[in-house]
Amino acid sequence: MLRFLITVIRRDLLLAARRKGDWLTSQFFFVMVVSMFPLGIGPEPEMLRRIAPGVVWVAALLASLLSLSRLFADDHRDGSLEQMLLSPEPPVLLALGKALAHWLIYGVPLLVIAPVLGLQFGLQADVIGVLMLSLLIGTPVLSLLGSVGAALTLGLRGGGVLLTLLILPLYVPALIFGAGAVDATLAGLGPEANLSLLAAFAMLTLMVAPWVTAAALRISIE
Amino acid sequence: MSFSIYKYASPMTFYGLAGKMIPWFSWGAAILAGLGLYIAFFMAPTDFQQGEAYRVIFIHVPAAWMSMFIYMVMAFWSAVGLAWNTRLSFMMSRALAPTGALFAFLSLWTGAMWGKPMWGAWWVWDARLTSSLVLFFLYVGIIALWSAIDDRRRGDKAGALLILVGAINVPIIYFSVKWWNTLHQGASVSLMQAPSMAAIMLMGMLVMAIAAWFYSIAVAMVRVRGIILERERQTEWVKELLEKN
Amino acid sequence: MSEISHLAVRELACARGERTLFSGMNFQLRLGQLLLVQGGNGRGKTSLLRLLCGLAQPLEGEVHWRGQEIGGVREEYHREMAYIGHVNGIKDDLTPLENLRLSAALAGRHLDERTAEQSLIRLGLERCLDLPARVLSFGQRRRVTLAGLMTAGAVLWILDEPLTGLDVHGVALMEGLLRDHVTGGGMVVMTTHQPLSLEGVATVPLQVGPVLQPQED
Repeated sequence: MLRFLITVIRRDLLLAARRKGDWLTSQFFFVMVVSMFPLGIGPEPEMLRRIAPGVVWVAALLASLLSLSRLFADDHRDGSLEQMLLSPEPPVLLALGKALAHWLIYGVPLLVIAPVLGLQFGLQADVIGVLMLSLLIGTPVLSLLGSVGAALTLGLRGGGVLLTLLILPLYVPALIFGAGAVDATLAGLGPEANLSLLAAFAMLTLMVAPWVTAAALRISIE
Repeated sequence: MSFSIYKYASPMTFYGLAGKMIPWFSWGAAILAGLGLYIAFFMAPTDFQQGEAYRVIFIHVPAAWMSMFIYMVMAFWSAVGLAWNTRLSFMMSRALAPTGALFAFLSLWTGAMWGKPMWGAWWVWDARLTSSLVLFFLYVGIIALWSAIDDRRRGDKAGALLILVGAINVPIIYFSVKWWNTLHQGASVSLMQAPSMAAIMLMGMLVMAIAAWFYSIAVAMVRVRGIILERERQTEWVKELLEKN
Repeated sequence: MSEISHLAVRELACARGERTLFSGMNFQLRLGQLLLVQGGNGRGKTSLLRLLCGLAQPLEGEVHWRGQEIGGVREEYHREMAYIGHVNGIKDDLTPLENLRLSAALAGRHLDERTAEQSLIRLGLERCLDLPARVLSFGQRRRVTLAGLMTAGAVLWILDEPLTGLDVHGVALMEGLLRDHVTGGGMVVMTTHQPLSLEGVATVPLQVGPVLQPQED
């Protein structure tokens, strides 16, 4: 069972490595969205510091949604999704593997880029640390919840926009706790409360989302 | 073809039952709403702090309750539908969703109407209003998903899954929004904290809430009858019914 | 009828949208038999095949594998069954060799490079082993899929129009594969619109359509 999970993850990593263009698009989208805010709002350092956590987090939500619409769509189009569902291994592991691979490919790079963006917004080193930590705990939630939406909207016309409509409201707790942790640090309060709530939400998502995704895949492929 | 009788019996009998229920609940809703509005505008005293504007709570609070309650009912029917594959359950949740979205919107709108005189702004990021907004988004997402899926069976099940995921998430969203609100020290006056909540005000709100219930049931029944007719139009009983009229 | 048939279908009904494609379908298939599903376009051949492999749920009725409902023996059934649909299920960015080995790994099997290579060569793909599948022609990709079928080691093959895109040699190859598989004790359920010579293969025809065929009972 574990071997199947690892195979699914390795497969998606291999495919992503063969198509670096898609991968880079998503990362640059993240950087560009964040960079638009100072241009729209103005360069006052105090203001930028205030909005930085929210801006980075909202951009992370959007960037993950951008790549999620293709999470199952490519495999569906070429028929390999059907073949994977016909594997003797349980579909819930397939769902989990796909979501984890999405996190490794699209979520983890955000952690690496975030400090640079933090510097752009004049954040202190300790605040940047909390930002990275909040993204580390929070981005798996985005991949897991998003995989539910990707499975539900599989093969529908306007799937990408629809996915956004379905999933963004569900992202609200992750956004609030994630950006809240950084906010609290900025305000001189500790980030612990927000981070533990975020971690609890992540655990719950990890336990529930793969089952729902697997069920949604079965429904969508019929 | 013995199975078809078993299968179609429940929507068929329910069609008749729903038809009988509609006039009762429609009249009930009209009378109760009339009574509730009378209490709201003529019997309830003017609030010494909030003036006449507070009277919008007689619509706002029942609408907010109803939007949440309908979501719970939809989650219940979705769970039943997914567990036992009962077709009527999916029809029920489809019939309820537009009413739920309407009430969520109504609670936002009345909240804004109340906010203008009280806070001096049409919109304030108060925890309750924000939660209502997210709930409204959830309704919109569900309805959008249904309308994007052409295949009925797939639409039923996919919608039900989304509703259930939302149902798990809604309490967390409510909690997180409240948490966010205290963290950012949002508006301190809430619509629900109408001071000196007199017994007559509570009474008016309850009457209005029951009126909203009756209205929702009546409208959902009308809609479910439409859905049944559409889905069963190839069966004998619907053909007979249509010939009679 | 005392002998247990491996694949059995009872009172199967299938609907697409509001239209009932077929209902009350019954058939049984034993080892060493090939079921040739026939019927015009839109009669539900593909739907039937998807029901048989468990990708879709029937409106009514059941599919049994070795006497048990396939939902209950999913793991075992999927281990013994291989399905080829309209799309090939191979990734454009991977080479045929990688595709084969990856599909095998996902199905829980180990496929060493030599065996994979041999099956690809048998299907006439010796010059394409290291090219990404993107540059292969449609027929060549179909051959990659068939090589996967060969190496899957499944008892039951469910093939939806396997001959699409194949040239004359490809069709002849496929005929050989089918004959070897069925005479070797395997089972096949397939559809095709192309003429196929299946001499010496125990073939059971099945007509799919809204009208119940008397030959089935």
